[in-house]
Amino acid sequence: METIYAICVGAMTAGGIFLVLRGYTFAVVLGLTLLSYAVNLFIFASGRLVVNGAVILGESERYADPLPQALVLTAIVIGFAMTAFALILALRARSDLGNDQVDGRTEIHDDLPQRQRSNTGDDA
Amino acid sequence: MQLFWIPLLTLVGTLLPMLAYRFGRRATLLATATLPACALALVFTYIPDILNGQSFVWQTDWIPAAGLSIAFRFDGLALLFALLILGIGLLVILYARYYLSERDHMGRFYAFLILFMTAMLGVVMSDNILQLWFFWELTSVSSFLLISFWWHKTEARKGARMALMITGAGGLALLGAFILMGETLGTYSLSAILASGDALRESSVYVPVMILFLLGAFTKSAQFPFHFWLPHAMAAPTPVSSYLHSATMVKAGVFLLARFYPVLSGTDMWFGIVSLVGLATLLVGAYTALFKHDLKGLLAYSTISHLGLITLLFGLDTRMAAIAAVFHIINHAVFKASLFMAAGIIDHESGSRDMRQLNGLWKYMPYTATLAMVAAASMAGVPLLNGFLSKEMLFTETLHQATLGSLSWVIPVLATVGGALAVAYSLRFIHDVFFNGEPINLPRTPHEPPRYMRVPVEVLVVLCLLVGIVPEFAVGDLLNAAASAVLQAPLPEFSLAVWHGFNIPLLMSLLAVVGGSILYVNRRYLFQFQGQFTEIDAKNEFERAVQWLTARAVRLQAWFDNGRLQRYTTWLVVIALAVAGAPLLEMESAAGSLPQQAVDLPVLVAAVLLLIGTVATVVFSHQRLLALVMVSIVGLIVAVAFAWFSAPDLALTQLSVEVATIILFLLALYFLPQTTPLKESSTRRILRDLGLASAIGAVVGTICYAMLTRPLASISDFFIANSKTGGGGTNVVNVILVDFRGFDTMGEITVLGIAALGIYKLLAGMRLFVPAADQNGIGWAKDKNPMMLAVVSQSLLPLALLVSAYIFLRGHNLPGGGFIAGLITAIALIQQYVAHGVDWMKARMNFPYHVMIAVGLILALGSGLGSWLFDRPFLTTWFDYFYLPLIGKFELASAMVFDLGVYFTVIGATLLILANLGQLTTSERPRAE
Repeated sequence: METIYAICVGAMTAGGIFLVLRGYTFAVVLGLTLLSYAVNLFIFASGRLVVNGAVILGESERYADPLPQALVLTAIVIGFAMTAFALILALRARSDLGNDQVDGRTEIHDDLPQRQRSNTGDDA
Repeated sequence: MQLFWIPLLTLVGTLLPMLAYRFGRRATLLATATLPACALALVFTYIPDILNGQSFVWQTDWIPAAGLSIAFRFDGLALLFALLILGIGLLVILYARYYLSERDHMGRFYAFLILFMTAMLGVVMSDNILQLWFFWELTSVSSFLLISFWWHKTEARKGARMALMITGAGGLALLGAFILMGETLGTYSLSAILASGDALRESSVYVPVMILFLLGAFTKSAQFPFHFWLPHAMAAPTPVSSYLHSATMVKAGVFLLARFYPVLSGTDMWFGIVSLVGLATLLVGAYTALFKHDLKGLLAYSTISHLGLITLLFGLDTRMAAIAAVFHIINHAVFKASLFMAAGIIDHESGSRDMRQLNGLWKYMPYTATLAMVAAASMAGVPLLNGFLSKEMLFTETLHQATLGSLSWVIPVLATVGGALAVAYSLRFIHDVFFNGEPINLPRTPHEPPRYMRVPVEVLVVLCLLVGIVPEFAVGDLLNAAASAVLQAPLPEFSLAVWHGFNIPLLMSLLAVVGGSILYVNRRYLFQFQGQFTEIDAKNEFERAVQWLTARAVRLQAWFDNGRLQRYTTWLVVIALAVAGAPLLEMESAAGSLPQQAVDLPVLVAAVLLLIGTVATVVFSHQRLLALVMVSIVGLIVAVAFAWFSAPDLALTQLSVEVATIILFLLALYFLPQTTPLKESSTRRILRDLGLASAIGAVVGTICYAMLTRPLASISDFFIANSKTGGGGTNVVNVILVDFRGFDTMGEITVLGIAALGIYKLLAGMRLFVPAADQNGIGWAKDKNPMMLAVVSQSLLPLALLVSAYIFLRGHNLPGGGFIAGLITAIALIQQYVAHGVDWMKARMNFPYHVMIAVGLILALGSGLGSWLFDRPFLTTWFDYFYLPLIGKFELASAMVFDLGVYFTVIGATLLILANLGQLTTSERPRAE
């Protein structure tokens, strides 16, 4: 079972990294989401895999390690906030720059340094 | 009064000129001079004690662990420099009053000047070497401001920048030396370091410390080959040249040589390097000075040459040489400052500094000419003037050294040559300017300067004569005190008499005077010889070097910082791969000692689903909606995995977050293109990224596997043992969150709130194109809020709220808690938004969500602070059990208040994000243009 778990974590990491390396914001945020799943599972694995264990006192003799669980619980919520922030940033970039590429420029402007482009939107 | 008042008075004095500026020039002068004069008076009160051999230290700790303290030291050497800094400083202040024109901002000039004075006093008085270094840098900065005072001139800006770069780079080297020194000796206190010279000389860091130290000192004192910045610093107003670039700042380098003489000198390496650099500077400076047509240029190179002379003396292997060096510091400061002032007067009254134009000024300004000639004679080393005495001492000491072994005789010969060159350029200064025919094409008819502009020169020239004629009376005691502070040991016997009888040094002096005169008389041939070389302008060379370096730096930077996120991410991934992957190569086997658990069918199915979901997300990432569906499958399997592996809290959290995330993605997708162009990246890039991603995946998977198959030694036993008794709950995860690690949770909900507020701010004023139809051209459904959905979700709301309340209440003892309950409530409310629309919700629940975040954070903080009322540490939980009829026994814990804070923050943050984003799709948003 450990092997399968590790393969899953590795596959999700690989998928996440590949998407993060793409040039469009949506793919990057998607990749971040995959990556945060993988990271959460990875941290969770530091408590080892316990099937039918207990986190509630008195339920069973075998306890699942509660510490990684507590860490991952907040990580999930923070991960949501991060995904949301990245996504809204992508929207804002599209609103201000007019496209959804990670560098805010289309291929035509490929060779121009960033600073030579003027923003089309305004900062409210 | 305490020692620190001396620099403090001048520091406060920095402000006065700016304040007094509006009241006119006279008021500015008085206001500027007042506090330095007070500081000088304060220095005078210390003179009797210090001349008796005492030294004073005042210190207070600042950050003792880092070796930082504020410490001042006042001994003979510091006294000597303080007198020079404040004395000549006051003269320069008076002089500058007449030198600056109406157009110059006098207040600013004086403010910079006094700032420099403070910095210089700090350098000579610091007893902590880090503090010394701070003031050292301050001299560089204030010198930059002064050189660039006429910033509209390009040579002023370039000169200032060059000076700052050279002395600043030297300052960095010096910092390195000081830190090495402090860490090796275990102290940053100068007094302690001065006493541990042997320890440093024996340690392995001695050579690097000495090299770095000398780099700092040599750059500041314009020693060859770093001397080229000083002539270009002459673009500064002449009072600055007179003060900084002859009397004080350039002396900071030789001050350091003197200060650290007991610590660093005494090795062959020191004597070799210091004496040779000094000798080279002496000769290069004196030779170049001869050919300068600019009056200030001549004086600048002469200054370089004399600084070389002082350095040479510190590099000669005798104690008397160090005494001579200190003596020459005084003499040079006095005659060179007066020469610069005289040059400034000539420039000011005739409009030119070019010696090809300036001729025969004796007729127009005989008084100034006399003063300048006396000072120049001192520079040449003519008897009965102070320059003669220290030059004689130099000649004597060059005869008594063995620095270069059997080649040591070279040094006295070359010193004599240097002396002859000094005579030649001094003669040129006197003869070319004041005699040699009539002035040629001067912009103005020269005349004597205002009465008080001459006073500073007079004072200094009188000092030249006084020291030159009755040295023992004039400076004997001061020199004794300063020299013993330098050597930190009893002084050898010496006498400051003018006449020592006929001896070799006198012969050398004679040779120098005769040789110099011959050189000057035959200068035509020398100029012809020199004329065949093209003159190198250090300014241009330096500028070219700087530009070359900048271009290289820009190119290097463009290589990794090209403004493209993909490039940055790739670097990040590659580095992560290297850092995480390298240790794996060392590991013998990934598998640990734990046996694998058996695979069940559900696990297998879930794993396959997850893998399919992951691969499909990547493959279909061009069709964004499909990719979203796929990623949600992955998220759901992750939730199931948490449930399977005994983490019900995580499963609940993951499930509710998953819902919120997908709604968020769907909303965002509304505004984004529905597809990504297929030719988004080249095949090569895709292959490269696939390779990178697979490598990272393999590394992470291997680490995960290695971790899973190794036994666990967890600190969680403590939490399990104390959860019930200490935290009052049986759900250990929740107790960790709200109690054991409550402070972490507090931080996390704060981050959540900040992220939500950031999103709120990003959303404000966002102008997005609202698509009228989907990608296939089909319009949106007319029935925006279907009745069925509205009815069902509305009737579900109380139920959902009830569930969330239940989850919240039981959280301390069973799976649940503030995070999960908050997410459930938030989703229930979002459902109402989806079903009824924003307008409908606004009418019923017009509640600012950021206030909710604030309430949540205040509740959490309050429950933490509350424990202070009972004299407990922050966030200590209180709990007890109560009994009520009908309900039975129940528990109340202060952790619940904390959890309530978490609950509110989560609701507030989630709704702030989702509701505001959703609002953009409706008429509530500003219309797209």
